[in-house]
This record gives sequence, structure tokens and C-alpha cells, in this order.
Amino acid sequence: MASILTVAGLTKVYASGFQALKRVDLSIEEGEIFALLGPNGAGKTTLISIICGLVNPSGGSVTVAGGDIIRDYRDTRSAIGLVPQELATDQFEKVIDTVRFSRGLFGKRRDDALVEKILRDLSLWDKKDNRIRELSGGMKRRVMIAKALSHEPRLLFLDEPTAGVDVELRRDMWKLIGALRQTGVTIVLTTHYIEEAEEMADRVGVINRGELLLVEEKRALMKKLGKKTLTVTLAEPIAQLPAELAGSAVALKDGGHAIEYVFDTHADRTGISGLLRQIGDLGIAYKDLDTRQSSLEDIFVSLVHQEKAA
Amino acid sequence: MSGVNWTGISAIYRFELARFRRTLLTGLLVPVITTTLYFIVFGSAIGSRMSEVDGTPYAAFIVPGLIMLSMFTESIFNASFGIYMPKFTGTIYELQSAPVSAAEAVAAYVGAAATKSLSVGLVIFATAHLFVDVPVAHPLMMFGFMLLIAISFCLFGFILGIWAQSFEQLQIIPMLIIMPMTFLGGAFYSIHMLPEPWRSITLFNPIVYLISGFRWTFFGKGDVAIQFSMAFIAAMLLVCIGVISWMFKTGYRLKK
Repeated sequence: MASILTVAGLTKVYASGFQALKRVDLSIEEGEIFALLGPNGAGKTTLISIICGLVNPSGGSVTVAGGDIIRDYRDTRSAIGLVPQELATDQFEKVIDTVRFSRGLFGKRRDDALVEKILRDLSLWDKKDNRIRELSGGMKRRVMIAKALSHEPRLLFLDEPTAGVDVELRRDMWKLIGALRQTGVTIVLTTHYIEEAEEMADRVGVINRGELLLVEEKRALMKKLGKKTLTVTLAEPIAQLPAELAGSAVALKDGGHAIEYVFDTHADRTGISGLLRQIGDLGIAYKDLDTRQSSLEDIFVSLVHQEKAA
Repeated sequence: MSGVNWTGISAIYRFELARFRRTLLTGLLVPVITTTLYFIVFGSAIGSRMSEVDGTPYAAFIVPGLIMLSMFTESIFNASFGIYMPKFTGTIYELQSAPVSAAEAVAAYVGAAATKSLSVGLVIFATAHLFVDVPVAHPLMMFGFMLLIAISFCLFGFILGIWAQSFEQLQIIPMLIIMPMTFLGGAFYSIHMLPEPWRSITLFNPIVYLISGFRWTFFGKGDVAIQFSMAFIAAMLLVCIGVISWMFKTGYRLKK
């Protein structure tokens, strides 16, 4: 697949001296969904703002659909749709007018059929003649998405699309993003919600303090860094872990009702059979076994912590 | 995409006019009422006790100054609000991320604001006719002058809107600088009526040249030669365009 976005050595130092981005390199493939994860102030929004033309870069280059974002800004911006994090709408405008305005602003001829389709897909058609100030926060967010889609972008940036929206709307948003991908739109989203990245993204990038710590296929990432936890639920609770079992990976949990064992799924010997044999030899009866894969959240937290420790 | 983004320019222009249309009634009623008040106070109450100024009845004499006063403030308010509001509400992200050049954005915003202040100027001109006979010696020049005034003051307002970081800053320039300068710049009197040294000092007030030039298009004579007025308005246009291009080039208060 061809790369639709290439970021090379991108650096940003704000006037205050704060370095928001430190030589970031990133390449996004056409058609994929990429999730950028990071804590507050990690540089997610700065990265997006530079690509879209809201912030001037201090160094490095960005190429979108083959064009340089500064030299060929008309082409690159035409290819990009942006939904920023902050809700910013023209309160006194009608929904349909503001979407038409966006399309015109991006130099596209008026297309009522397309605008209707976008509004219907976002469940906004009923509200098309409402003034924006009459809408709820979630609806306003949808209006902003409709505006960003109005000029048929190839690359869509969603900066924290589900921040502060209710569960139902978040589900809707996921559905919408899934549907957009079917149309071939490349999507880059930033999020705090790891489950969001886990649910939707093809690839995940983790950014912290202006540095891109890693970029990986979501599945590969979860596999590579993934630990599994084996929980052995005991028939009778025990007071303490027998000395024979004691080790850094084994712990007594749930008030003596369970033994937990953390292991690496990729090790040659996972140690499961050895552990179970030992438990059997000790005469401890168990009634259930359960293994659980660690989530992206665990991986993320451990990555950010590792960096802090370093 | 190549060439000029005409669709984008027209989208902004129509968006801004729609904003004015929402307040059309107050937008046009206010200048009409203000003009009427000025005519009652200056034209009838005081004007009836005054002799002619430079051979023109006083009530007619104040018409050009009255139009200028309203057009100065209208232009600055409209153009500065037009760009300040998106900055304030955050909707400016869309303009910044759109394939619209700086020149196109300025043309659209300033064009819309100038359209409004030009219509206000024409409404006042029409209202004045209800009270007094206003001769116009050079009608084409008069219209051209109004157009240039509208454009240059809207450019100035646009600069103000980018510069301002609060509503107070937005109001302070028109209220504290432009308004007094207009009153002292001969909007309601000829500077020849002033004693020295005030007459010479007044010549340092740039507004004098604008009002005088506009008055020339009505009565064929002004306080200063028409060439000076023309040169001044051209200079103002150039300076404003220069400042705006510098603002966009450096991203001054627009881009971090």
C-alpha cells in the first residue's frame, strides 16, 4: 500500500521554549486506521495541528498525498479533513448551512445530495435546519465531523473524537469510523481511551513527551508485549502460598481463593505445566483455570512508566 | 487545485453577509436614527443660527463628515469582529486548515465588511436628502471615494481584529482614537474656522485629509487640495496591505 502521510524529522519548539515534538518520523498507509495514544501534553494535538496547517513546524517535513504541506498546501489541505478536539462551531448558523459553507471553503462545488448523505449518516438530517446552539454537545461534535467530511477528504484526523461523549455516542462513533473506512478514507485518531484503539485501529503509535516511542501493528504489539495471566481458582482457600511455589511470577489472590501466575506467551517454556504439576503434588485441589491476555492499556502504562524511569 | 479558490472566497463572503443579514434591522436603523439626530441637533437647532460655511449651507456642509464618521466606525467594527470572532470561538481552525491563501481570506473578509459599510454610507446619504438639498459635484468620484474609504478602513479593522486579544482591545482603537480624530478632523466644521496654532496642528491629523477629500467630491472644494487626499488614501491602503501580508507571513497572533 502507498503511504498517504509521511512525517520526517518533525520538530516543534513553541515560543515559550517548550519542545512539543522531538524529531518525529511516521508513515501512514492509505486506507488504514491509525491510533495515536499518549497522555495529556504528549504532543498528539501539536502533530496534527502542524499537518493540517494550524501550527508552523520548527523543523522537518510533512508530505500528504505526495505534496509538501507548505509548498503544495492547496493540494494537501484539500486532501485532509480535520475534527479538532475543542468544540468550536458557529452557534448562530444552521446545521446544513455550516456544512455547505465548509464544502465551499475547500473549493468544492455545491453538492446537496452529498451533504444530505453525510447528514443522514451522522443522524443529523432531522436537525438540519436547527441552529447549532440548540444542539447538545454530542450533536455539535457530529456537526464538526460532517463539516470535516463535506469536501470528501482522503485523510481524516479525529483529535480525541470521543472525549466527553456518552457511551452510546461513542459506540455510534466507532460504527461511523468503521463505515468511513469502507469508503477508503484513511483515519488518524488520537485518544486517551485505550479500548478505542484496541477496538478500531490497525496500527497504534505511542507518543510521550514529544517522542514517538513505538509504532506497531496492534495485534503484533499486543502479542509482543503481551503477558498472559493464569488464574487457578482453588477448591478450598489456603492461608499462604506454599514455599515450593514462591516466585516473582506467582501470587496468592482473592483472599487465598486463587493463585495467579503471570507468564510470557512467547517464552519457550511458559511454565504452566510445571506449576500445575507442583500444585497437584502439594495436594491443592482447584476447580477452575482461566488465562487472560493483557490489554493495550497495560502495555501503554508500562511503556510510559519505563520511559519515566529511564 | 490550482489558481484562485473562488468558491472558497465566495463561501466566506456569503457567510459574512449572512451574519450581517441577521442584524440587518439594527444594522441599518442605527445609522438612519443617528443621522436624523445629528440633523436635528446640528442641522436645525444649531445650523439655523450659523451662516454658510465656504458658501454651503451648514446642514448640507456636515453631510460628508457625517457619512465619513459612520463609515469609519462601521468599517472598523465589522471587519475587526469578522476575524476576531472566529479567533475567539475557535472556529478559525477551519479557515487555517482550508486551501485558502492569505490574500483570498483577506479579500473575502474585507470585501464583505466593505460591502456593509458602503451600504451604510449610502443609506446615510439617502437619509440626508430627506432633510436638506445636498449637491454632489462629482458623483463618480464620490462613490469611488466611499469605496476606497470602506476598503482601507476595513483593512485597518482586519488588522485590529488579528491584533486584539480581548473585546476591550477591539473597542479601544475606534472609540478612543478614530472617533476623537474624526470629530477634531473637521467632520462638522471647516478647519479654516480654527484659530492658529490649532489650524496648523490639525494638519497632522490624517483624518482631515480624508474628510476634506470626500467633501471636495460634494462641493468642489475642501480644506486641503484633493491631490493630498488621494495620496493619503493610497498610502493608507498600501500600509494596511503591507501590515496584513507581514501578519500572514509570520503567522502573527494567528499561528503558533
